[in-house]
Amino acid sequence: MKPTDIAAPDYFHKVVDCQWACPAHTPVPEYIRLIAQGRYSDAYMINWKSNVFPGILGRTCDRPCEPACRRGRVEETPVAICRLKRVAADFKDDIRQRLPRPAAKNGKRVAFVGGGPASLTVARDLAPLGYHCTVFDGDPEAGGMMRTQIPKFRLPNSVIDEETGYILGLGVEFRGGHRIESMKALLAEKYDAIFVGSGAPRGRELDIPGRKEAAANIHIGIEWLANVSFGHTDKIGKRVIVLGGGNTAMDCCRTARRLGGEKVTVVVRSGFEEMKASPWEKEDAIHEDIPILNYMVPVEFKHVAGKLIGVTFQHVKAEFDAKGRRNLVPSGDPDQTIPCDDVLVAVGQENAFPWIEQDCGIEFDKWHMPKVDPKTFVSTNPKVFFGGDAAFGPKNIIWAVAHGHDAALSIHKMLSGEDITERPLPDVQISSQKMGIHEWSYDNDISNDKRFKVPHRDKVIALKDIRTEVELGYDVKLALGEAERCLNCDVQTVFSTSLCIECDACADICPMDCITFTANGEEDDLRTRLKAPSPHPDQDLYVSSDLKTGRVMVKDEDVCLHCGLCAERCPTGAWDMQKYFIEMTHAGSTCPTRSRSAA
Amino acid sequence: MTYIAKPKFHHPGLKKNELGYTHRDYEGKISTLCAGCGHDSITASIIEACYELSIEPHRVAKISGIGCSSKTPDYFLGNSHGFNSVHGRMPSVLTGANLANRDLIYLGVSGDGDSASIGFGQFAHSIRRGVNMTYIVENNGVYGLTKGQFSATADRGSKSKKGVTNTDNAIDLVAIALQLGATFVARSFSGDKTQLVPLIAAAIRHKGASFIDVISPCIAFNNHAGSTKSFDYVREHNDAVNRLDVLVGRDPIAVDYAPGTVQVVEQHDGSKIALRKIDADYDPHDRLGAQTFLARHAAKGQIVTGLLYVDPEAEDLHEHLNTVETPLNTLEADTLCPGSAALDKLNASLR
Repeated sequence: MKPTDIAAPDYFHKVVDCQWACPAHTPVPEYIRLIAQGRYSDAYMINWKSNVFPGILGRTCDRPCEPACRRGRVEETPVAICRLKRVAADFKDDIRQRLPRPAAKNGKRVAFVGGGPASLTVARDLAPLGYHCTVFDGDPEAGGMMRTQIPKFRLPNSVIDEETGYILGLGVEFRGGHRIESMKALLAEKYDAIFVGSGAPRGRELDIPGRKEAAANIHIGIEWLANVSFGHTDKIGKRVIVLGGGNTAMDCCRTARRLGGEKVTVVVRSGFEEMKASPWEKEDAIHEDIPILNYMVPVEFKHVAGKLIGVTFQHVKAEFDAKGRRNLVPSGDPDQTIPCDDVLVAVGQENAFPWIEQDCGIEFDKWHMPKVDPKTFVSTNPKVFFGGDAAFGPKNIIWAVAHGHDAALSIHKMLSGEDITERPLPDVQISSQKMGIHEWSYDNDISNDKRFKVPHRDKVIALKDIRTEVELGYDVKLALGEAERCLNCDVQTVFSTSLCIECDACADICPMDCITFTANGEEDDLRTRLKAPSPHPDQDLYVSSDLKTGRVMVKDEDVCLHCGLCAERCPTGAWDMQKYFIEMTHAGSTCPTRSRSAA
Repeated sequence: MTYIAKPKFHHPGLKKNELGYTHRDYEGKISTLCAGCGHDSITASIIEACYELSIEPHRVAKISGIGCSSKTPDYFLGNSHGFNSVHGRMPSVLTGANLANRDLIYLGVSGDGDSASIGFGQFAHSIRRGVNMTYIVENNGVYGLTKGQFSATADRGSKSKKGVTNTDNAIDLVAIALQLGATFVARSFSGDKTQLVPLIAAAIRHKGASFIDVISPCIAFNNHAGSTKSFDYVREHNDAVNRLDVLVGRDPIAVDYAPGTVQVVEQHDGSKIALRKIDADYDPHDRLGAQTFLARHAAKGQIVTGLLYVDPEAEDLHEHLNTVETPLNTLEADTLCPGSAALDKLNASLR
């Protein structure tokens, strides 16, 4: 293998698994260290800069960081990154003084369709640069799906008000209750740019016999959740069936439990394991006495005299064809009818752009989705940008935020007369953490604690009121314990070939057997000759250039604890622990086009 | 010195030996030696050898004297018996322990000061008595704990860190061990674990006095130009006569060696040592030849490493003395004190 180029910003970024996995690339270990130090406001601001909604995401994020977390490969469970984010939000001081000041207007106007996370992120990035931002939303208040679709027992209004308020306080104009009905009309208003962050607002239908006849008791999940959120709906039948296996289905069933549903059942077509819902959301639903039945396909809504009485299901099983694709085929068991009073259909969401006229210069593909550039988020109309669910279909908040940052950068570059396809490199800093011979400026003593559970409110109380938040969040002590579990993967092991005397001290001390001195070879071959097995080829090997004896140093990044013992036991300082801080370049960073590189 | 304890986490895919232990289970406390010390590599090699042999840690007694080397038993086999004895007196303590309980595996760990100076006599007598033990000298040619004076194994003409030339002749412990009748004699280098680990394993399996001289660079005081025990010097002048694989149990000898290049030595316990010859003329069963070979190469400034001599049919001290097989601590009172009738009989036999 060629010697690893650690000057390439991506190399060490990939080692910080959580940050690499996060669509917004939030510097996770950095803020977790700040939480451990009790610097909650600082931790909050790092998050605010990167993911805009720390309090909201700390309760609702889909957490792509956690399955990626190195701790999950070292022991059973990853660090509770998401709930630590909430800790920063819960315990911070008043941070309003740290927010950007509303800027003098630069005369450029940007319109936003929809007031959800994507639009608000773009507005957050552009408003401090002097852009006049106008956000249109059909709902009276800002927040989009965060406010309408996520139940209050998971995300209280106060948190949404606070964090959307920070953005609107930057001088962003919010026009609530003003739904955009025509793109053409909006274009006619001569905005300098338009950002479409209108989400995926349509719940998918389930067209099976009985749907029309029993319509009064069959509700589309996201619409029903929005109605609950605005107080239009406040009760449901005692027996409820929720169809679908995503997070919306989990929100539906738990909401139903709070509105009078005594016997709420979730039924999914696929297997329990393959459900799209996050594992913790499934756990929370099961904890609230909601059974989840799998491998059952709804075939008919049963009704008597226009009144829904139940749903009939066909039992299926999974079969895999020669290509390994899964097919659901009837299992042969007799159909089963489950009686119910109401059904909530949460089988997916769709995009809908009936308000975009064909002659707006915005082209659509064969799936009726706008043609959007995945890097710049511009549509075929150079002034119109898309982001969030509106761009590439339903994902989640953190993706909308990531899209928003990139779209804001594009809009800023376009309106500054620059080429929007030229994307700035991230800002990278790397610095030694050495304080003394065996002292580091980070806590390298690895905690053996298992993941701490987030305290929940007592179930009896939680189920009584739909606005009572179920999760109580970590207290300071639990937060400290959980923060200590973080392995500080951003404190990198940096190797200098010229200083190494091949004494083996690092290889001997490494608790995870990450380091091997051996003859060089191709990657596949090298992986078989390491001190410990190398089961994750997606985790890089750090390879040095040739050492004096002709061998190379190979470090498998996979399960390195970043404990720094290699550097402590190195007599020549060939190993050093260096903190690698990488921050995505957002619109308006001081030198957005200047290329920077690591080290 | 490292202040944190070595993390308990280990690689999730670590292999386990026959006892279900990983090599991490054979570790001791974290080393307090200087960073990069060769002794730590020897510690790692002992851990590896014991892991590979699936030794039950409670069957091992590790005994040492005084010095950097003699601190190391604290850093391996944390669940074994240990005795950190008086300076240079490890061989006597070990001999005593061995006489009292022959069932344990005895690991004597010493240094060049401990064995070639203050304990030279002790070293000599334990070897010539044939105590069943593995005697490892962690040899750095320098008194590290007292900041770098030449030890008795420092080569004549080598330079100290301060630039002083050594005018005394060096003691070659391997040559002495050969002369005194050790039945397993080897030399190796802390920076060459592929050679050292099997040597330690084979020595542990050997019945009789096994002696391994391990050259172990002192990073702080003896790793400079002019030293003959530095990483660079040893790597340049290392003349390995053979490398070996230790085969335990009924594993057949692997056949992928070119004919004539492998010599198989079967020890009394059935374990086999496959010696891959590097020097085709070298015969590890020829004590006299080994002594000559060693002297000839030493004169040329070469450091001969490998398994230098082995007598697979060796006897040990217990056989010489015809001692009782049962460990003394498990002998019942009536065996230990058979009564006045037995004493009278004994006395009568001596009249």
